[in-house]
Amino acid sequence: MGANQDGTNLLEVRGLTKIFGALTACDHIDLDIARGEIHALLGENGAGKSTLVKMLFGSLEPNSGEIFWNGQAVRITSPGVAKKLGIGMVFQHFSLFEALTAAENIALSLDDGSPIGSIAAKARALSYSYGLPLDPESMVGDLSVGERQRIEIIRCLLQTPQLIILDEPTSVLTPQEADKLFETLERLRSEGKSILYISHRLEEVKRICDRATVLRHGKVVGHCNPREETAASLARMMVGNEVQAVVRAPAEGIETAQPLLEIRGLTRKPATPFSIPLRNISLNVRAGEVIGIAGVAGNGQGEFFESVSGEVLQQDAASVRIRGKDAGGLTITGRRLLGAAFVPEERLGHGAAPRMKLSENLLLSRHATDGKAFVGTGGMVKSGAIYAASQRIIAAMDVRKSAPDPEAAALSGGNLQKFIVGRELDRRPSVMVVNQPTWGVDAGAAARIRQTLIELSRSGSAVLVISQDLDELFEISDAIAVMHNGELSKPMPIAEATFEKVGLLMGGAEPGHAEHTLETA
Amino acid sequence: MDITVNILLTIATAATPLLIAAIGELVVERSGVLNLGVEGMMIMGAVGGFGAGYLTGSPWIGLLAAIAMGALFSLLFAVMTLSLATNQVATGLSLTLLGLGLSGMIGTSFVGQPGVRLPNLDIPGLTSIPVIGRLLFGQDPIFYISIALTAAVMWFLFKTRTGLTLRSIGDSHASAHALGIKVIRYRYLSVIFGGACAGLAGGHLSLVYTPQWVENMTAGRGWIALALVVFASWRPWRVLAGAYIFGAVWIGQLHAQAFGIPVPSQMLSSLPYLATVVVLVLISRNKRLTMMNTPASLGQPFVPDR
Repeated sequence: MGANQDGTNLLEVRGLTKIFGALTACDHIDLDIARGEIHALLGENGAGKSTLVKMLFGSLEPNSGEIFWNGQAVRITSPGVAKKLGIGMVFQHFSLFEALTAAENIALSLDDGSPIGSIAAKARALSYSYGLPLDPESMVGDLSVGERQRIEIIRCLLQTPQLIILDEPTSVLTPQEADKLFETLERLRSEGKSILYISHRLEEVKRICDRATVLRHGKVVGHCNPREETAASLARMMVGNEVQAVVRAPAEGIETAQPLLEIRGLTRKPATPFSIPLRNISLNVRAGEVIGIAGVAGNGQGEFFESVSGEVLQQDAASVRIRGKDAGGLTITGRRLLGAAFVPEERLGHGAAPRMKLSENLLLSRHATDGKAFVGTGGMVKSGAIYAASQRIIAAMDVRKSAPDPEAAALSGGNLQKFIVGRELDRRPSVMVVNQPTWGVDAGAAARIRQTLIELSRSGSAVLVISQDLDELFEISDAIAVMHNGELSKPMPIAEATFEKVGLLMGGAEPGHAEHTLETA
Repeated sequence: MDITVNILLTIATAATPLLIAAIGELVVERSGVLNLGVEGMMIMGAVGGFGAGYLTGSPWIGLLAAIAMGALFSLLFAVMTLSLATNQVATGLSLTLLGLGLSGMIGTSFVGQPGVRLPNLDIPGLTSIPVIGRLLFGQDPIFYISIALTAAVMWFLFKTRTGLTLRSIGDSHASAHALGIKVIRYRYLSVIFGGACAGLAGGHLSLVYTPQWVENMTAGRGWIALALVVFASWRPWRVLAGAYIFGAVWIGQLHAQAFGIPVPSQMLSSLPYLATVVVLVLISRNKRLTMMNTPASLGQPFVPDR
């Protein structure tokens, strides 16, 4: 890294290609990263961003292509080699060990043999100097997602890298935590470090990145200066065509409408030492409205969904009421029979059985509610009717697939999600509860799913959406409630809600406190 | 007094093979691998140890052969589960079945032959001290190895960087791989260490406990060792406690049967199992601590994407 290399880029990638079976995940990628810049890598899910950075960090080996580091051709065969060169990585799916302390986690990625005690001291000092306070003795399993990310960042910085790769770092943060992260990144840039920033959030890319490289279907489709682009033009580059904007018609007369889903004083003890208890949650969802539940991942949303859907039964039958009937003691099937439908967060293994065909998955979730249509005399399955219904759903939701009736696991995440949502919508449920409706779904499909949820509510159903994506909640909700540490705030009408207010609640501020700071600001 | 010393000595002899096999399996499971083949590796160690000792006349060569036999046999498991990513439960079970059958075949000509026994320690002046002399300075060499091994494993797992790395692999092999830790290499070495320990435990049976070869002479001790690891929530000192509780109640009930206590012998024979489970469940009441010590990736095959 001497002064004689001023003219060269820190990193140059030429023709990098990675093939998985029939899929070319990265197809002759070129990428230049200069010293002291924040470079965005943009693209939809499945565009090849993660594959590319895995090759840069040595977790995957490219099939062909070259990587130049400070002008020298290098082969990055393992993360160890990458670290030695000066490449650090903050992973999207955290690569932390829950049963170990923060200091132990950091020690594991440093290859020097220094004792844990001195590493803990160094980590503490560095974390405070960057304003990301960290307790090295704390057990990772007890920490929030934001705190875990701090460990990852500090761990990466302790290796004094020249290039830091961040893979979708803000997807798990509150808006305030994200601001803090941006400050850190700008400081790192001013120290001459380079940052490769992977995201599909266009606003933040416009805000902090100097240059952007856009990927689509494994190919580079353009380079640009994000500050000179609009979010819409960036989206067009990513998706390849215009993304249909979601239209939310005003909800009419919901003040007087009947609550179809009532949750009253829902309380649940933690099932495992790492899970969150639910504390006295109350919420009404009326006919004709969409209520969104925001919150940082791991604040009880999963536990809440399980309790509402009937995966876990309640002691108090009146704590969940569907269409005016006590449902707390009913199983999922019982609640479905009352007119409710549920879409869980995890698609494979939860929302659908991976090794079963789409039509079989349809029967699995609707054998009780559509017993007459799908099951004949003597319990014989009516394959023809089920197949026809599954084709109807596939057509309605524009599910792209390779065979007429493929196995669920053969579909991409977005297409499977469209099928699962469509499967439930097809019943015209009067209560619909969805957890993370568009997580990992490309923009086009996400817009379609969001639009159908709004339309379902406008046709007189109650829709409850749990999501970590604030943009999504602001797009579709009539009111937003925030879940923090197992407690649910009062729903805030969308007209009054702002990112700042919701963000403060996500970070655990008292509702009254949030109002106050906003008024005085 | 002599009776007490004798009883204590027999307890140690009964506990030692359990302790060694369980400590070995503990290291394997801490790395995230579940090897249900302990019984098979143990019996292979027993037959190998007896055979080598019988043929050469040296119990020390027998001891080395027992260790080598267990390690070699575990290598088969390692290749299957780690390189070929087969199901660990099925592979472990078949390893046990294979070991029981193969050892019977190898040992056909050893049945009824007189074996050699590892001599007890005898330090002039120390061993003859009343009571503690024989307990501390007069036992068989494998007893001392077992205690040293437990201490060494404790130190290794919780005080060294390599031990921390091993535990991290057991917690999440995907995270470890992402950091560039050589998951498969660590697991190979762990499995082989576990195999060597199981072989040594088997060697204890055929070179110390009952210096002869009898088919199926491990009599389920491998399974008890496996259970000890889980009930001890993967903590070495608890494995030690568990092994000795089991040994104590085992010897106790033998004496009780000899005295003719009017309790059905089947009931008495089941006591060691019951007592061990109860005691270990009581000491691992702390759910949180148990979660922290349970290797989260236990039993899951690891296939790095390349």
